[in-house]
Amino acid sequence: MLMASPATSPVKTPLAAKATAARRRQILAWGLGIAALAVFPFMVYPLFAMKVLCFALFACSFNLLFGFAGLLSFGHAAYFGIASYVTAESAKYWGLTPELSILAGTGVAIVLGAAFGWLAIRRQGIYFSMITLALAQMVFFFCLQAEFTGGEDGIQSVPRGDLFGLIPLGSHMAMYYFVMGVFLIGFLIIYRTINSPFGQVLRAVRDNDIKATSLGIKTRHVKLAAFVISAGVAGLGGATKALVFQLASLTDVSWQASGEAVLMTVLGGAGTLTGPVMGALIVTGMQQYLAQFGSWVTIIQGAIFVVCVLAFRRGIVGELDRLAKLPAFWRRRRAERRFTPAPRASTDF
Amino acid sequence: MGIAIEARDLSKQFNGFFAVKDVSLQVAENTIHGIIGPNGAGKTTLFNLLTSFLKPTHGSIHYRGRNITHLEPAAVSRLGLVRSFQISSVFDQLSARDNVRVALQGKEGGSYCFWRSTAALARFDDRADELLEMVGLTAYADTASGSLAYGRKRALELATTLALEPETLLLDEPMSGLGPEDIGPITELIRTVAKGRTVVMVEHNLPVVATLSDTITVLARGQLLASGTYAEVTANPEVITAYLGEDDDDE
Repeated sequence: MLMASPATSPVKTPLAAKATAARRRQILAWGLGIAALAVFPFMVYPLFAMKVLCFALFACSFNLLFGFAGLLSFGHAAYFGIASYVTAESAKYWGLTPELSILAGTGVAIVLGAAFGWLAIRRQGIYFSMITLALAQMVFFFCLQAEFTGGEDGIQSVPRGDLFGLIPLGSHMAMYYFVMGVFLIGFLIIYRTINSPFGQVLRAVRDNDIKATSLGIKTRHVKLAAFVISAGVAGLGGATKALVFQLASLTDVSWQASGEAVLMTVLGGAGTLTGPVMGALIVTGMQQYLAQFGSWVTIIQGAIFVVCVLAFRRGIVGELDRLAKLPAFWRRRRAERRFTPAPRASTDF
Repeated sequence: MGIAIEARDLSKQFNGFFAVKDVSLQVAENTIHGIIGPNGAGKTTLFNLLTSFLKPTHGSIHYRGRNITHLEPAAVSRLGLVRSFQISSVFDQLSARDNVRVALQGKEGGSYCFWRSTAALARFDDRADELLEMVGLTAYADTASGSLAYGRKRALELATTLALEPETLLLDEPMSGLGPEDIGPITELIRTVAKGRTVVMVEHNLPVVATLSDTITVLARGQLLASGTYAEVTANPEVITAYLGEDDDDE
């Protein structure tokens, strides 16, 4: 391949060759992914495509906490929604350009995430989820009552404006490619976070909090950092959505929106990189294309969720991953068996 | 020989019940110090107190002359006082090598470099492989640690503990749950890693304690019963009573 770097040692060990092959596959996957994104709005209604990407960011951010830090936040709509309000406000009333209003929305989500995260990470498991839910409900009622959010009406006819003050985003296609850029930035942040020294520490904290502490890791700081990054990416999704639909409304701060992030992530595959994107596509797609069935959509969604949790708990991408790894797993398993004596009870009562 | 760990009048009360009461203890540097006692003697509580995982009701803990009673557990660990756990404690979904790499990162307080590639961890690879080799897990470097056999998890846990280059190791029942064929190798492993280190070990397996320990402390009902060499403490009539019971045998 052309990309082979001259820095690698001339003598290729099998391990290095394997790494190069993996790297090639990775570049190919990224290329295919970006190509798919580029043609996406030609295959579906562009507005729908943008909605999918905004929710994909939202689900990815939830997945960073749930799948990689083991923290089930049930209030992620707070960051998604508040960012969408702030963006709408700053685009409509302060006349900020789209990229600046998105930054403003994301910034507020980060600050909110830091404050809520600081409180919530003090508890674990269901208590953590309850605290995040309660805090998110506070944000919901704040948005319902506050002056600037427009109450039940929300903030309507938000101008999309001109990107950098130059490129008008009025047309759906122009807007789509801007949204695609934003999505790629958010997705890259998640990708990098997961595949970084920090990501490894984060997984360690997820697997065994106490053990991580015993190794000198400040687990609370690690969780808080993950929380803030997650809130920021959720905010990025919400901020972008406000410009796409030219609307910020209570729907995006409601607990149902938080639930959708959970549904998308679990359906697509928690703890996988692309699972949440897949989940966002499916869930948003169902809402779009099954809309004719009215409230049945919710019931269908619920049924799918139940089937997913019962039958394939790893989610779609998680199951595909497992299937791909199965041959290697059995090889290892057989090798392991050869050396391990049969398990026996440790106590004889 | 200097004193590595010193506990002064250590007590821990849970809802009015003293799990540990007025225990004073000195662990000499570069020795293996065994803590034994019947079930419910407060061994694990004492252990959690020494590593700051529990805060004492009163009393204080000193490590090399420094009062560490009120430090966070992660900070105690970075001082060089590192513990292992009774239930084998590994990061299940990480490979054996990644377990060790996380530990190597922990030495620096855990990394927040979320913007850097995992390739930044390559600098730990050699040390990680060295540690894995030391505990005999080279062949399992890429295996998810959750699927390792129990004895190997124990070995891996030791490797992660050693990654911090601790001056003092606290091992909480290192033999618990191990099959008889694993006891020998793990005992040897502990002996190897104890060279040049101070080791405090809570253990039920008396033959292991007898072979490894320089000094033994016996706890019973939260209180210190005896301290000395294996021969001394096993000859102590109070110790025999504590282990075999008096006439209030409830079986």
